[in-house]
Amino acid sequence: MKTTKKFDLRSTLRSSSVPLLFILICAVCIPISGLSPSYLINEITTRMGRNAFLILSLLIPIMAGMGLNFGMTLGAMAGEIALIFTADWQIIGIPGMILAMILSVPISVVLGLFCGKILNMAKGREMITSYIISYFINGVYQLVVLYLMGSVIPIKHSTIKLPRGYGIRNTVSLLSMRQKLDNLIPLTIAGVKIPVATFLVILLLCLVIVWFRRTKLGQDMRAVGQDMEVARDAGINVERTRILSIVISTVLAGIGMVIYLQNMGNIATYSSHSQIGMFCIAALLVGGASVDKASIGNVFLGVILFHTMFIVAPKAGAYITGDSMIGEYFRVFVSYAVITVALIMYETNKRRAKADQGAQLAKAQEEEA
Amino acid sequence: MEKAEKKNSRLKAMVQSFGLPRLIITAFLILLLALAPVVGADLPSQISNIIARFSWNGVLVLAMVPMVHSGCGLNFGLPLGIISGLLGATMSIQFGFTGALSFVMAILFATPLAFIFGGGYGWLLNKIKGGEMMIATYVGFSSVSLMCMMWLILPYSKPNMVWGLAGKGLRTTISLEGYYRGVLANFLEIRIGKLVIPTGTLLFFALLAFLMWAFLHTKTGTAMTAVGSNPTFAKAAGINVNKIRMLSVIMSTWLAAVGILVYEQGFGFIQLYMAPFYMALPAVSAILIGGATVNKASITNVIIGTILFQGIVTMTPTTMNSLIHMDMSEVIRIIASNGMILYALTRKTEGAK
Repeated sequence: MKTTKKFDLRSTLRSSSVPLLFILICAVCIPISGLSPSYLINEITTRMGRNAFLILSLLIPIMAGMGLNFGMTLGAMAGEIALIFTADWQIIGIPGMILAMILSVPISVVLGLFCGKILNMAKGREMITSYIISYFINGVYQLVVLYLMGSVIPIKHSTIKLPRGYGIRNTVSLLSMRQKLDNLIPLTIAGVKIPVATFLVILLLCLVIVWFRRTKLGQDMRAVGQDMEVARDAGINVERTRILSIVISTVLAGIGMVIYLQNMGNIATYSSHSQIGMFCIAALLVGGASVDKASIGNVFLGVILFHTMFIVAPKAGAYITGDSMIGEYFRVFVSYAVITVALIMYETNKRRAKADQGAQLAKAQEEEA
Repeated sequence: MEKAEKKNSRLKAMVQSFGLPRLIITAFLILLLALAPVVGADLPSQISNIIARFSWNGVLVLAMVPMVHSGCGLNFGLPLGIISGLLGATMSIQFGFTGALSFVMAILFATPLAFIFGGGYGWLLNKIKGGEMMIATYVGFSSVSLMCMMWLILPYSKPNMVWGLAGKGLRTTISLEGYYRGVLANFLEIRIGKLVIPTGTLLFFALLAFLMWAFLHTKTGTAMTAVGSNPTFAKAAGINVNKIRMLSVIMSTWLAAVGILVYEQGFGFIQLYMAPFYMALPAVSAILIGGATVNKASITNVIIGTILFQGIVTMTPTTMNSLIHMDMSEVIRIIASNGMILYALTRKTEGAK
């Protein structure tokens, strides 16, 4: 009993090392960047509203032991397709957003089912597989959006179509929807604009996640995440539970993407989704989450720390080296490095846990003898 | 009746051993080649194109082999090796070497770097057995983005490599005219009408492939295969598993470094910054299309895979364009290559994770 307690202390220290490092980076970079605190707080509040929903969508697959869902990009693509349709049908403002969210759900479900089925065929290497799936579906997405939309799938308005008559333009304007949700309940405190309605939606999702953990399905997912074989012996349909966790995550990511894009005000048709998975995962990990454990707290801490770094790094880099590109590259590097380190820590911890288990088993056998 | 059934089952077995996706891709390529004259594409120059691209990419695909053999999986960390190659190339130019000598010097400069990077990378992969592929991907990404900063910071000063205005920081693409552009390709080049065969590059690839084949038949090479197919057994047989794995990673990294130099001599440019980022995926899917699995790969897989992959990449734009007046080649390439990787990842493979 004593040894496990000691181990816990060490592991908590290890798990909080990434947030601590980031606090340090931010503490150094903020004064150097010379950005005013009110500007910073404004930016971070905006980014919190923009990204939190997307990052929350990552929590459920982690609970089910499927690691970081790089396949959340699928949901993002579903959200984009839904938004392209609503933009074409010229349904504006909040009703347009709600319609886009509803439209994105069936697309997300289909993509999530596909992703979940494939991940069940690749147990033990879910992350790399979900990562490749996101590339694969990106190809399918391009096929649909670039070639089928306008030629097979009816698109009425030429403003969003490429001049050649089919395919969607590189950017689709969402001007009619821009920040409609953010500004639904206007509130400004000390010069900081707060997107109250967006925060309310995010809060609602947090509550749903907390509630979901207590449901039968949520408990099943945890059991599957702990040990698939034990869960199967306990009568849980492991495959179905895993697929469901991915489907839920994809659907949430789709809705999250609609919120994200209403804040941005336009869709970069062929690139909005490509980086989103990486940045969301990096933010979650910066918040102190690991591949097999993540909480709602990690999400919010992660958004604050990661995006502070994101905002100040180019300015600080430019000040230190005289070249603004270095800061740009630096923040990309940090995003990748954080994910790399988290993955390495996860794998080494897994091995250590296995070794501990083996040692305990050997000890028990010795005592028996 | 019975005979037909037998034939049928044999056909089935053949299809199974060849793999359905591979069959589809081969059939697709043959279809494209057959259609090429119909739609008015120039077949000899298309075939020269395929051969040229094969010669550029062959070594990069060959770099996959050692790590697959030692059970480290597909080397998604290929960019790390590519970076050693790029450092070698830029150093060779910086120190004023020209012509064919610059190619030799680039390899010489890249070699120790590849050993150091590969050593570190191998050490890391030994720490995280079982999770190699995902971590390899991100090691590749992090190193590429780290190098993005380095290309700006490192003290390069050769005027034809750095940005003209600032006088420092490397350009995104550097021309190899006057350096090692075509040094291999122009060696013993054969021209029959429009058909061009870069003999030198093919010979260079053949040499490396032969060396790899020979290595896999030495004692160390057999040990490597043993480690890949059954690490526990290999350990029991007295093989130092970690050392063999490390060796395979270093070999893979070095081959990637040489591979990118061969690619550049054909292509004619050095591409820096984000260019190495996505170079692992084509190489990975090429070897998989050639018939390799996550833990099995041979030289034949490399050759067949590279020809098929590059064939598709070359043929789809020309044929499809003239056929349906849409340039869908990029999309087809993305779907086919990633679909192939997915297919390989979902295959049940004994022993390996």
